[in-house]
Amino acid sequence: MVSIWRACAYLLLLAAALLFFAPAAFMLIGSLKPDAQVLAEAGRLQAFLPGDISLQNYHDVFVRVAFGRYLGNSLFITVCVVVFGLLVNALAGYALARLEWRGRRLLLAAILAILIIPLEAIAVPLFYELSLLGWRDSYLVQIAPFIANAFSVYLFYSFFLGLPREFEDAARIDGAGSLRIFFYIIVPNSRPAFATVAILTFLTQWSAFLWPLLVTSSERVRPLPLAIANFYTLPPLQWGDIFAFGSMMVAPVLMVFLLLQRWFVRGIAATGLKD
Amino acid sequence: MADIEFRHISKCYPDGSEALVDFNLAVADGELMVLVGPSGCGKSTSLRLLAGLDTPSSGELLLGDRRINDLSPRQRKLAMVFQNYALYPHMSVYANLAFPLKMAGLSRAAIKHRVQDVAGVLELGEFLKRKPGQLSGGQRQRVAMGRALVREPHAFLLDEPLSNLDAKLRVQIRSEIAALQRRLHATMIYVTHDQVEAMTLGARVAVLHQGRLQQVGVPQALYDRPANLFVAGFIGSPGMNLFPARVRSGRDGLILQCEGFALPVPEDAATQQLLAPHAGEAVWVGVRPEGLALGSSVAAGPVASISAIEVLGYERLVYLDASWAPEQRLCARVGMQAPLQSGEMVGIEIDCSALHLFHQKGQAIAHWTLPPAGYIP
Repeated sequence: MVSIWRACAYLLLLAAALLFFAPAAFMLIGSLKPDAQVLAEAGRLQAFLPGDISLQNYHDVFVRVAFGRYLGNSLFITVCVVVFGLLVNALAGYALARLEWRGRRLLLAAILAILIIPLEAIAVPLFYELSLLGWRDSYLVQIAPFIANAFSVYLFYSFFLGLPREFEDAARIDGAGSLRIFFYIIVPNSRPAFATVAILTFLTQWSAFLWPLLVTSSERVRPLPLAIANFYTLPPLQWGDIFAFGSMMVAPVLMVFLLLQRWFVRGIAATGLKD
Repeated sequence: MADIEFRHISKCYPDGSEALVDFNLAVADGELMVLVGPSGCGKSTSLRLLAGLDTPSSGELLLGDRRINDLSPRQRKLAMVFQNYALYPHMSVYANLAFPLKMAGLSRAAIKHRVQDVAGVLELGEFLKRKPGQLSGGQRQRVAMGRALVREPHAFLLDEPLSNLDAKLRVQIRSEIAALQRRLHATMIYVTHDQVEAMTLGARVAVLHQGRLQQVGVPQALYDRPANLFVAGFIGSPGMNLFPARVRSGRDGLILQCEGFALPVPEDAATQQLLAPHAGEAVWVGVRPEGLALGSSVAAGPVASISAIEVLGYERLVYLDASWAPEQRLCARVGMQAPLQSGEMVGIEIDCSALHLFHQKGQAIAHWTLPPAGYIP
């Protein structure tokens, strides 16, 4: 009886997994097929089977748009936000979790309050502010506002609270100051938190659309999400090319996730975000 | 090494709780001082204040003749061993031992030399490449000691360093620590909640309770002449038996009137003079478990019923319920010969040559010895 229930559960889970996996598989397989075949097979099982496979669509993407440029822009912006974000937010989280200073609780409360404000709500005033600084249509305008992040600070803060204080006490007695404690003791023991913040920041930044649309106007600094939106409207409409574009856009995200996944899962569990 | 002094140290927390109250203690250069007390008594707080991990609310900390209140932990040059060792889990044993030296800015060669020296002393040579997670409890404890040793500090502060080890290993490492302390002639403050550890280890023992220093002295003095009821009950395993009495004038001077019987007081002038101001007062009489003997006669003197018997192999601890000791279950240390049974009524012989007398509020009034004498009818 139990095994029947278990089999049913597995079937249900398998069906759900296939359902989620199907669009990605459709895109990946479609990107390798000629355009006519993609359209003809849409809605049928053949769409998931390899047919007349080639890398022609990928070649076409590079010919039709400056894909390399967009990819470079996206990588540069995202890596900058992730790297500086890890440093700034982890230091802020550490200061809030461990150091004693005036106004600490107030700032923590403010950060919690900021957590619930979406970018859309502050996009326009932020746009004006950065326009006044003359930052429009630059890398800086896409990087600087997203380095400090309330969610990341809070995630680091809650992770650091859970680290045993004795490590820091021991390091202090061993002669280390706050910064050395942070880099020698805290950082190496907080890999799950760093991986979690890195992945979440990477995902958010990699798929950022609204903000780059508001603040950029030239191809020179535009990231991939804007480029794929334009690519849809670029005649002639070629589904195979669009799939190839999409596949290449997803690849870095998958790579980052696979690289950090081991720590990411632990990070989510350790910070109590998953329940 | 250097001597250490706590001078009128108090520590209050923002919520108003007091961890230490007017704590005064001097530890001589090269001395092993044990701080003992139940959990929450302020013993760990005193170490943290000394190490610079916390700041005292008032008072002075002296290292040598230098005030160290305002120095950072690094400047104090004190080494500390923590209860759970606090070894850095991501570093190898070598890196753990090298960390304080690296922070002090020593050259790579000097670090290697010192680490290998200490690893040799503590027999850690073969574990240098392992991570703390791959070591047994005893090995981790030795690494923690090594990390303290490697710095050549002014003094060692040990915060319950053996409490995570099993009983056998604890005894072994305890004697290793004592031997190491003697060999290095190191000033060492050792915190523990285990009074047996305190008695066996310390040249001097300081007993703390509720943030207040109760008594400082060599172990035998604490056992023979406890300063108050807390020390009497805490030091010794099991602790001292206590029962109420009243100081009363008898035919030949003062006596201690208990419920149903009376105990003699030494007739010498000094004792009589010492007790005279307490005539008529209610007091506590204390006697160690070895000062209670079980007699067969229940006709004269105090009686009690046996509530439990613990057999230790070479002797027995007999726990007794008695109407004349309502506050506490009494304990007698007796030999293995006489047959005894739970529930049995037995006569109690109190060894009057080793009695302790405490004021109702807890302070000791007198500890005396006198030739054994019978009960006064």
